[in-house]
Amino acid sequence: MKNGALVFFAVFIALGASWCGFVLAPELQLGGAKQTNILNSTDLYPVGRPGAANLGLQVYRANGCTACHTEQARQTGIACDVVLTSAGKNPEAVSNLVATLKLNGLAKEVADAVSDQISAAGGKAEIRIVATGPDIARGWGMRQSVAEDFLYDYPVQLGSLRAGPDLANAGVRAPDANWQLVHLYAPASEVKDSTMPPFRYLFDVRKIGGVPSPDALVFPKGFGPPAGYEVVPKPEAKELAAYLLSLRVNVPLYSAPFTP
Amino acid sequence: MSTKEKISGGAPVLRSSPATEGGSVPASRLVSSLAPPIDRSCRVPLLALLGGAALWLVIGSVLAMIASIKFHAPDFFADYPWLTYGRVQPAADNALLYGFCIPAALGVMLWLFARLSQAPLCLPFVPVVAANLWHLGVLVGLVGILIGDSTGFAWLEFPRGGSVLLFAAFLLIAISATATFGQRRERELYPSHWFLLAALLWFPWIYATGNLFLIAWPVRGVVQAAIDFWFANNLLFVWLGLAGLGVSFYFLPKFAGRPLQSHYLALFAFWTLVIFGTWCGIPQGAPLPAWMPALSAVAGSLTVVPVLAVVTVIWQTVRGSTNCEPKGGPFCFIRFGLASFVLSASMLITMACPEISRVTEFTWFGLAQTQLQLYGFFAMTMFGAIYHLLPRAVGFEFPFPKLVRVHFWISTLGVLLLVVPLAVGGVVQGLKWANPDVAVVDVSAATLPFLRVSTTGLLLILLGNLLFALNIFGLTYIWKIALLKKAIAIVKTSLEAEGETGSAFASLRRDKEVRA
Repeated sequence: MKNGALVFFAVFIALGASWCGFVLAPELQLGGAKQTNILNSTDLYPVGRPGAANLGLQVYRANGCTACHTEQARQTGIACDVVLTSAGKNPEAVSNLVATLKLNGLAKEVADAVSDQISAAGGKAEIRIVATGPDIARGWGMRQSVAEDFLYDYPVQLGSLRAGPDLANAGVRAPDANWQLVHLYAPASEVKDSTMPPFRYLFDVRKIGGVPSPDALVFPKGFGPPAGYEVVPKPEAKELAAYLLSLRVNVPLYSAPFTP
Repeated sequence: MSTKEKISGGAPVLRSSPATEGGSVPASRLVSSLAPPIDRSCRVPLLALLGGAALWLVIGSVLAMIASIKFHAPDFFADYPWLTYGRVQPAADNALLYGFCIPAALGVMLWLFARLSQAPLCLPFVPVVAANLWHLGVLVGLVGILIGDSTGFAWLEFPRGGSVLLFAAFLLIAISATATFGQRRERELYPSHWFLLAALLWFPWIYATGNLFLIAWPVRGVVQAAIDFWFANNLLFVWLGLAGLGVSFYFLPKFAGRPLQSHYLALFAFWTLVIFGTWCGIPQGAPLPAWMPALSAVAGSLTVVPVLAVVTVIWQTVRGSTNCEPKGGPFCFIRFGLASFVLSASMLITMACPEISRVTEFTWFGLAQTQLQLYGFFAMTMFGAIYHLLPRAVGFEFPFPKLVRVHFWISTLGVLLLVVPLAVGGVVQGLKWANPDVAVVDVSAATLPFLRVSTTGLLLILLGNLLFALNIFGLTYIWKIALLKKAIAIVKTSLEAEGETGSAFASLRRDKEVRA
């Protein structure tokens, strides 16, 4: 290369190409994305998070929760489960047959064959589509996370390290707001040996006045503040808990189908 | 004119310039006034850039220590919101990258451009202003992260105020560097030129894209993640690769005592790095359209090509060289940096493979790769370059030259103890995450022994950084004292002269009296 203009040219070609590929193209493909229909339904997805949950996302961002938690469930594939819905007129024969068959984690053709066998014996079977993979088995989602799940989030907090569990489905796994708050205040009280740091600064510990606060946390036995004191979440803590409860991957979509 | 300049002066320097130029005057013999004008022109910009960088380096490693200790004692500093793990960890990473790596690279680049151009630095006051802007930007950004103002995007956490300052400062330094480049006496480019010029163009483009589309006018939904992945890869892998290799390809032949083998191979590495490397970085499991991770996986496997080219260049240049620099000096840092680059690039390529990424994605393995790239490769290369050039630019020897060797060994051990356990622990962790029967706390527990060792590594790195900062600050101090002495001497001589002939003011007064 003889001169600087050539270097400029090289950068322009190389970086320009990847800019078009990974900045412009996804924006063209997804930037104008709208709500989609839930699979086999006219309901729209996603509906925006409730106001408190949206504020909670900002608490999540400010405290860098994403340093340890991802928000994306992965799946390795799809399988079919055959579920017996009715034993029909000859229940004994059907149940004998079913006992000999493998019903879970089948390929589509195998599932069809099994279902046919059961119908031939007089029973009725239904084929259910399920996502597979360790994340799904851990309950981190009914399916993998897809682009639609993040439509209204800013900033999108995918995360890159699972020092703790994935949170994509946190609202389904632990739907109790008190559990979420207690876990934030003292993680080890809800999860023994947890390495999560406590977020006590999101809470006030105060003397119980005339009437105990309706927001005060209910602790498991052996934990909690000394007698006469109560732990009351600050607004940030409530918002964060609302956000965590709003995290759910339990809706079937065209791009990530399963049988609910 | 010093001997150094005579050697490399008007002759065609291209093939041999880094190998011969500057080698003739040992740094120990230099005194301030004898530093050649090219080196001298870089002095203040370099001290401004590197002094702040050394400070951020130490602050960053203290923050990294705090973050690491939290894994062994979650209660550590738990009541201080600004020291919570999710703020300290990104602050530590940003302090290392934006506080040390980039300004250090910019300083080294300015010196290299002046040296390769055979001309003093153009507009030397511009980089001085820029250095102060840059370090102010880092301060604003780090404080922003610690008080909870982080943007939430990986490697772009600095809030608006900080990133605007960084962007402006980078442009100013690029102006000065480009002007110096334009003044070069030898028109043909040396391989380092390609890498460093590309780095100067690369950063404003990706940094502007990231900040405009993620923070100023944010795009919707998961496109944010795509742009952030693109930005992070282009900064951490491509930009650091360009700047680090550019610097290494200058010093490698200089230390090995023979020209770079060969320029064509280095050019090939350059082209393939910018063409393939820039498409890496989309994780395999990302919830993006499937073509994106697939394309990244292909680019990842093609990145083997530039890595092999770099290995060949290093091997051919170092092999058979007889007059290597003495051991323990800056050369060790450069060599270690190059080895780390090859290793970290290999880890990156490995992680881009879909089957392997099933295990390594979301584990400490990725962080091991990042740390190896940031510290093992880039920071170490910069240490080597700075230890070589700063005494020449300032005109004084480092106050503690023996600590250079100590720094090298402590940092080497530190990097090994940081990266190896994280990488191994990451694989262990990934295998456990892949087995749904292993409880979450058991997965964390299994990684703890590895994290303990890595904390030791961080401690050693902190010590090494302190030694580095000690030398940088010591040198700045010596220079300032010398400057002060010089100023006093000038004032003294002018006072003595005034005693003989009277001051200008006195003569003015006399004139007025006469007129009156």
